[in-house]
Amino acid sequence: MTILRKLQLSAAAVALSTTGVVAQEVEVLHWWTSGGEAAALNVLREDLAGSGIGWTDMPVAGGGGSDAMTVLRARVTAGDPPTAVQMLGFSIQDWAAEGALANLNDLAAEQNWDDVVPAALQRFSTYDGDWVAAPVNVHSTNWVWANTALMEELGIEQPGTWDEFVAAMQAAQDAGYTALAHGGQAWQDATIFDSMVMGVGGPEFYQAAMVDLDPEALGSAQMVEAFERMAVLRGFVDDNFSGRDWNLASAMVANGDALFQIMGDWAKGEFINAGQTAGEEFQCFRVPGTEGMVTFNSDQFAMFNVTDAAAMEAQTAMASAVMSPEFQVAFNTVKGSVPARTDISPEAFDACGQMGMAQLAEAAASGGLFGSMAHGHANNPSVQNAMYDVITAHFNGEYDAETAAQEMVTAVELAM
Amino acid sequence: MAATDAGQDTGVDFRTRLQNWLPKIVLAPSFAVMVIFVYGFIAFTVYLSFTDSRMLPSYEWVGWQNYDRLFRVREWDIAVKNLAIFASLYIVICTLIGLMLAIFLDQKIRGEGILRPIFLYPMALSFIVTGTAWKWFLDPAIGLENTMHLWGWESFTFNWIKDREMAIYTIVIAAVWQSSGFVMAMFLAGLRGIDNEILKAAQMDGASNWNLYRRIILPQLRPAFLSAFVILSHLAIKSYDLVIALTGGGPGNATALPATFMYSYTFTRNQMGIGASSAVIMLMTIAAIMVPYLYAELREKK
Amino acid sequence: MAIASADTAIRSSSFSRVLIYLVLLLFALFYLLPFGIMLVNSLKPLEEITGGNMVSLPREWTIAPWLSAWSTAQIGVEPTGLRPYFINSIVMAVPAVALSTIVGALNGYVLTKWQFRGATLIFGLLLFSCFIPFQIVLIPMARILGILDIAGTTTGLILVHFVYGIGFTTLYFRNYYAAFPTELVRAAQIDGAGFFQIFWRIMLPSSGPIIAVSCIWQFTNIWNDFLFGASFASGGSAPMTVALNNLVNSSTGVREYNVHFAGAIMAAAPTLLVYIVAGRYFVRGLMAGSVKG
Repeated sequence: MTILRKLQLSAAAVALSTTGVVAQEVEVLHWWTSGGEAAALNVLREDLAGSGIGWTDMPVAGGGGSDAMTVLRARVTAGDPPTAVQMLGFSIQDWAAEGALANLNDLAAEQNWDDVVPAALQRFSTYDGDWVAAPVNVHSTNWVWANTALMEELGIEQPGTWDEFVAAMQAAQDAGYTALAHGGQAWQDATIFDSMVMGVGGPEFYQAAMVDLDPEALGSAQMVEAFERMAVLRGFVDDNFSGRDWNLASAMVANGDALFQIMGDWAKGEFINAGQTAGEEFQCFRVPGTEGMVTFNSDQFAMFNVTDAAAMEAQTAMASAVMSPEFQVAFNTVKGSVPARTDISPEAFDACGQMGMAQLAEAAASGGLFGSMAHGHANNPSVQNAMYDVITAHFNGEYDAETAAQEMVTAVELAM
Repeated sequence: MAATDAGQDTGVDFRTRLQNWLPKIVLAPSFAVMVIFVYGFIAFTVYLSFTDSRMLPSYEWVGWQNYDRLFRVREWDIAVKNLAIFASLYIVICTLIGLMLAIFLDQKIRGEGILRPIFLYPMALSFIVTGTAWKWFLDPAIGLENTMHLWGWESFTFNWIKDREMAIYTIVIAAVWQSSGFVMAMFLAGLRGIDNEILKAAQMDGASNWNLYRRIILPQLRPAFLSAFVILSHLAIKSYDLVIALTGGGPGNATALPATFMYSYTFTRNQMGIGASSAVIMLMTIAAIMVPYLYAELREKK
Repeated sequence: MAIASADTAIRSSSFSRVLIYLVLLLFALFYLLPFGIMLVNSLKPLEEITGGNMVSLPREWTIAPWLSAWSTAQIGVEPTGLRPYFINSIVMAVPAVALSTIVGALNGYVLTKWQFRGATLIFGLLLFSCFIPFQIVLIPMARILGILDIAGTTTGLILVHFVYGIGFTTLYFRNYYAAFPTELVRAAQIDGAGFFQIFWRIMLPSSGPIIAVSCIWQFTNIWNDFLFGASFASGGSAPMTVALNNLVNSSTGVREYNVHFAGAIMAAAPTLLVYIVAGRYFVRGLMAGSVKG
């Protein structure tokens, strides 16, 4: 009896001392602050808690992450960077260029990241050949979300070409529906624009104009046509689009007030939240003209330089947990996106998710996987926002297509 | 003023000397803090505006390049024009409404105790709180226009927030909503401070209400007008939350203001140099308005 | 000087009185409207909001959004609601308001009753500091907080709010004390009262209204501040506005508007309370302070 009691006591003491040692902690700056996505991130926190690593949460929402980036600058300037920061595309490269990011090569080699992460993503997760960030997901942005009932009512098949797409929208408009649900915010206008550029000119043109920023491509006839298609889409949008949040546009499709919405795969969450199922009440397909190609953005956790050994260990554990297949599945099924590694079974995903995974792998293999300009994965923030200015000004009728293409050239030149 | 002279006495003990220095000692920390945190930072910003700073401050001198670019960017023009429209309408309308409400409230109104806080409370709320409500209210599909249609006024239209030309005026409406009550309080305070004997005497002389206000009351409110002007112009120039919450600068860039421009270039677009140069221009504008005013006000008091 | 009892010398006809009441009520309606929209929608289930008219009254009343916003809504990874952040804001705002008010009062006292050469210039410089756009101070401020080793702490945040508050508080107190009879100060001096004794025994007891103005102004600004709170507080010590923004501003998540509105009203409650409770002093303080000078 006494021996048992002693054992229990010492066991308790051991337990106490181990919890006492939990000096390991990560501080995470991110903008997944509410609802499902925050809950999904909690999976990661619990993972880490399981291995005795504490989590200090530092959420800053707003401006699609731009407020978080402002805060990050304050933190780094104060000499107190967080352990890990949610980041998009070029920001990772910029911070790596400042020498602010940690080196994850050992972990990456051990877990073979080079082979499981698509090259187009590695372009952002690595700097000068060194791994500096752990990718969480891949959102693809060239999706059309459609209301199935409305398509049936109007007798519309899934459009395969631009002309069929226009015809379908015309039919919806004639029947008194809103053909295209859209929110007039610069990033949403730009999201559509990505698909138009890709649809008009294909991968080579997208590369030349949006990534290489070749002035000739920017001012070319193809660019003019992309803008003309934007004007066509503008004709199918309701009068009230300006300033509307994307999720309200999704709700229009879900409620049967509108036929299509062009939006990234996060829109799926809105449909699911409305009690609908992919492939049944709502459909997803690629924007006609961009089949076989995927424009993406990828949330990654950039790891900042930390000095003491315990913090480094915790950081490594976090990076490893982010890249674990379990977390990738758990997070991405909730978020609507697809895993950042290509070796994951699509079982747990719904129809749109599975389609997305297959198409991502396909595009990655055929060279059709491109970073989305609208989401900061084609060029740096100054150019991206300069393009926003032109695209949104054109969409709101300030420029005609020719002027807009010319303005693209000037705006990009000024932003370089 | 007399206090400082007392120190001339040769027989002063330590305590008296300390007393003489105390006022300066008390003021010194504020002065030091201000020199560092306000004027030091302004100097730093001016310096940054001549560098090629992008994501973080850099110390590479580039001369006037940022200013040159700033003036070539079309959005800056829009922002400056918007500020001119916004600030002038905002200041004038707030002053008029504030003055009117103050005069009305000063007529021995029943329920003044309830009305006053109602007029004043918007100042207590930030636009993070009220932004969405305003956005909905102004949105034709769900807000005022839709409600009027439901009540049977089919021809009613109010879609300014969706209109490139008119959107800036919706910003004015929301801004007036927020601060006109505050201006009202300032005028009310001014009105309550006027000596009633003068008014009674004037009435005895047969002055009409209109003349009473025009000739006696309004001139006495001059300090209130000036204070209102300072506070309103400071709020107008700093307006940022408001635009972000209501329109996000849209439709297009139609409602951008210098404050949103500055934030966007400094932090979102990683063009800190251009952001700093726009801040410098803003500060110079503020100085051009404020310095003469402060000079006149402070001189007069001496 | 008395406010409530001051009888106005203006006479008006009953017709114009009706008109005046009408106008006042109309404006009251205008001022209440956005708050009304928020209140009404915070008491609706979400389907009613996304499905229908956002300004109409709820068909089905519910307080679930309020409970959710207070204690279960997701703010970052933890479903804590706004509750813990409330405390953070209070811990930050109270010392910052108190400090800037005390310093403002002392400054105002020195600037009016102990003037020395250059005092007016210093006041002018202080006043101009009210106009500095906060966006430009972010980076250099972060650097200084880092050097002082108080980055990411509530202390740092209090310092920031204190620094950018003293311009306004000094303005209020200076104008208030300018109207205060200097003879009283002189008389006390002759009786042998010291600098602080005079401040404590003579100035402060009559400063009630302007202390109210200064506290209301500072409390409102500090409580509502987002930029500094987000930049200079680390996760656990973030103030209410940052939490509210996190609740309301998710970029790719589902938006629960009813919860957002309930949270927004909660976040605004302390400032509203301050305005309603201290509002009467506000006009009185302004009357003696900033508008008369």
